[in-house]
Amino acid sequence: MEFGPIWRAMMRNKGGYLLIALQIAVTMAVMVNAFAIMQERSKKMSRPSGIDDANTFSLVSVSFNPELDAKTLVQEDLDLLRGLPGVANAVETNSFPLRQGGWSEGLHREPGVGKSVSSSAIYFVDEHGLDTFALNLVDGQNFAPDQVSWDSDSPDFWPATVIVTQALAEDLFPEHEGSYVGKTFWFNDENPANIVGVVERMQAPWPTWTGIERSMLVPLRRESEFARYVIRTEPGYRDELMVQAEELLSGSNKDRIIRGLGSAEEARKLSYLGDAAMIKILSFIILLLTAITGLGIVGLASFSVARRTRQIGIRRALGATKPAIVRYFMLENFLVSSVGVVTGGVLAIGLNIVMVQAFALTPLAWYVIPVAMIVLWLVGQVAVAGPARRASGISPAIATRST
Amino acid sequence: MFRYYLKLGTLSIRANPMLSALMVAAIAVGIGACMTIFTVRHVMSGNPIESKNDQLYHVQVDNWNPDDPYDEPDGAPVQVTYVDAKALFDAGRAFRQTTSFKTSRVVQPDGEDARPYQEDARATTADFFPMFEVPFLYGAAWDRSSDETQDHVVVLSRELNEKLYGGEDSVGRTLMLNDAAYRVSGVLDTWNPVPKYYDVNNNPFEAPAQLFLPFSLAIASGFDNNGNTSCWKPIEEGSGREGFLASECIWIQMWVELQNASAKQDYMDFLNAYVEEQKLLGRFPRPLNNHLRTPEEWMKYNEVVDEDVDVLLGLAILFLVVCLLNTIGLLLAKAMRRAKDTSLRRALGASRAELFKQHVIEAGMIGVAGGALGVVMTWFGLRGIENIFIEYEFIQHLVRMDWSMVALAVVLAIASALGAALYPTWRTCNITPASHLRLQ
Repeated sequence: MEFGPIWRAMMRNKGGYLLIALQIAVTMAVMVNAFAIMQERSKKMSRPSGIDDANTFSLVSVSFNPELDAKTLVQEDLDLLRGLPGVANAVETNSFPLRQGGWSEGLHREPGVGKSVSSSAIYFVDEHGLDTFALNLVDGQNFAPDQVSWDSDSPDFWPATVIVTQALAEDLFPEHEGSYVGKTFWFNDENPANIVGVVERMQAPWPTWTGIERSMLVPLRRESEFARYVIRTEPGYRDELMVQAEELLSGSNKDRIIRGLGSAEEARKLSYLGDAAMIKILSFIILLLTAITGLGIVGLASFSVARRTRQIGIRRALGATKPAIVRYFMLENFLVSSVGVVTGGVLAIGLNIVMVQAFALTPLAWYVIPVAMIVLWLVGQVAVAGPARRASGISPAIATRST
Repeated sequence: MFRYYLKLGTLSIRANPMLSALMVAAIAVGIGACMTIFTVRHVMSGNPIESKNDQLYHVQVDNWNPDDPYDEPDGAPVQVTYVDAKALFDAGRAFRQTTSFKTSRVVQPDGEDARPYQEDARATTADFFPMFEVPFLYGAAWDRSSDETQDHVVVLSRELNEKLYGGEDSVGRTLMLNDAAYRVSGVLDTWNPVPKYYDVNNNPFEAPAQLFLPFSLAIASGFDNNGNTSCWKPIEEGSGREGFLASECIWIQMWVELQNASAKQDYMDFLNAYVEEQKLLGRFPRPLNNHLRTPEEWMKYNEVVDEDVDVLLGLAILFLVVCLLNTIGLLLAKAMRRAKDTSLRRALGASRAELFKQHVIEAGMIGVAGGALGVVMTWFGLRGIENIFIEYEFIQHLVRMDWSMVALAVVLAIASALGAALYPTWRTCNITPASHLRLQ
């Protein structure tokens, strides 16, 4: 092959080639790290919430008449909602997964207010909570109706029973093997909580919280002017029921307003808005960067062809075939790209180390580097193909002309 | 000579239209990417109250779990308890002071058919308005005396006044909120600080409250806190609202205005003395750890600027580097192609300095064009960001380009183009006279 002559020819004009190689290297470093971030974000966005996102929606009732009895109102509302055709179940609660606002609580293995051993999102529900959220109960059982209490009826705020997620149970009792049902932990000095059920998964309301998989259902109903209802519908009925439910509740009582109507899917979208945006912006950057580098290669190759028109003519006159000329430029580009992608691999890893330290990103997967190398080699070859073909079209007769 | 070089530059740019376009485009795209992200960052890291940055201080006192700091390793809580808010406010030791929290009210407009709606409200004190230089369109804040007498007075935002009263002077009118009658004491002019520095704990990038009402009234009437509440010690069982107010839960934000360094020192001494006194009562189990932070320090402490913006800015800068390497390569190729002209000019007596000037002027022209186009690209970039975040209403306030950003874009573009021209120009200037005339 012609590696030798090509390499020696390149060495005579190192500056120009080094610049392209460097450009390819930095392109690769950016590309690889942008891709690593995109991968991380899309993994984060695809985590299941544990509830039936597609068929769930929520709305809030805010009563502004101080005379209004919250207990009666909530019970009436729930009866209305549960009676709507197409509604699978409904519950009054404080939040739902990925709503970005909620209640969290530090937990202890022993009574006391010292350093907590774990923390959890709290969802206050009645016995309909498990079914409304469509959670997968893997152990134990649901709350019995008599385990659900109103905060105003009992001096103890915290009820004695809870249903926890698998992740919370594991975090609370890392040493424990076997069933978590019957295990006890403490909210503080005075309130033990007994685990009666374990669900496979139910995410916390905060998408960025490291403990997102830790949450619990607490059988407590709070008397308040705010009441959030979460409603699960039969598949396909959500959108029409959202409208109906809002009208129904707005019309049923004039001393309150209904607000915050939205589906679990919308909440999920809002929760991951920043991550989705990062993915879009980064893919745009990768695309643009590849285009710029590709165009740069086209420009430089065109230049180099124009500058060497005479030499190419001479080579053709001496018997070089058209494919031989094309091959020359393709090989030249391959050599430059190779220097670029190898340097780029080193730069990419270096940049990744910096980013992992500065921004707590996950380190990149090993295979991204070879894939990026192949992509950039291909980009280079495609970019140089045009100018190379033009070079091969140069007439051997040029050699005989003097400029 | 300058005009002659401009002419030469124009000729040279025209001689290679595709290549020149590629260089301008590369610089423009690189500047566009950098400036788009930088503009967003510039807005997010802004300080809307810069003029009073050395007079306003956010108050932090460390009343938290002795075994578990609020923020590792020794961060003090970011809000205060009602007990401390009241004690510090009542002591009145600062020139101005305000305690506040985020809440909401149901607005009941006049008229039978008008539907009530909920608006964000801020329970605060009279000093809030002069402290933060909140502009008034009509009327004024309530009197300091209303802070004590729990009067039903309200200040409306300009938008809400528009919605309720069609924008007319509504001072003195009666407004129903949650079935209670309030007297309108003032209407704000447009006020939209970005970030919302007075409350960065509850989303620094959202519209300010639409309603402002006295803190004491909100406490007495039991308005809910819509912001964050954090507790390390359980509230006494069955104690209700009174128990919550007496608890060690933090949910109130306190700011003070201190006019000079000695006032600040005095206030710090006062805070320390207060904490020592409370320690005797069995509160404040952690070591003395009080802080007075300026708005700027406070926003930094709370990491108001999203980390993603910094990641993107870093990548955008590398993107610009790629675009510049691209430009250097193209300029170099161009310079080498003109080596013959250059050596001829040198042979005819042009000095290196003159050649240098000629090339720098040409690069400058490309830089100006790249910068102008870069400003346009930045505009499109910002529209793109706005589009991506369309569900987040507040985004429109974060994608605004001001003149300083436009100027920076142009300066950066020219500097980039000149920087990119250095190596090719140096190579050009090193071409020896007549050397290339011998060739061929």
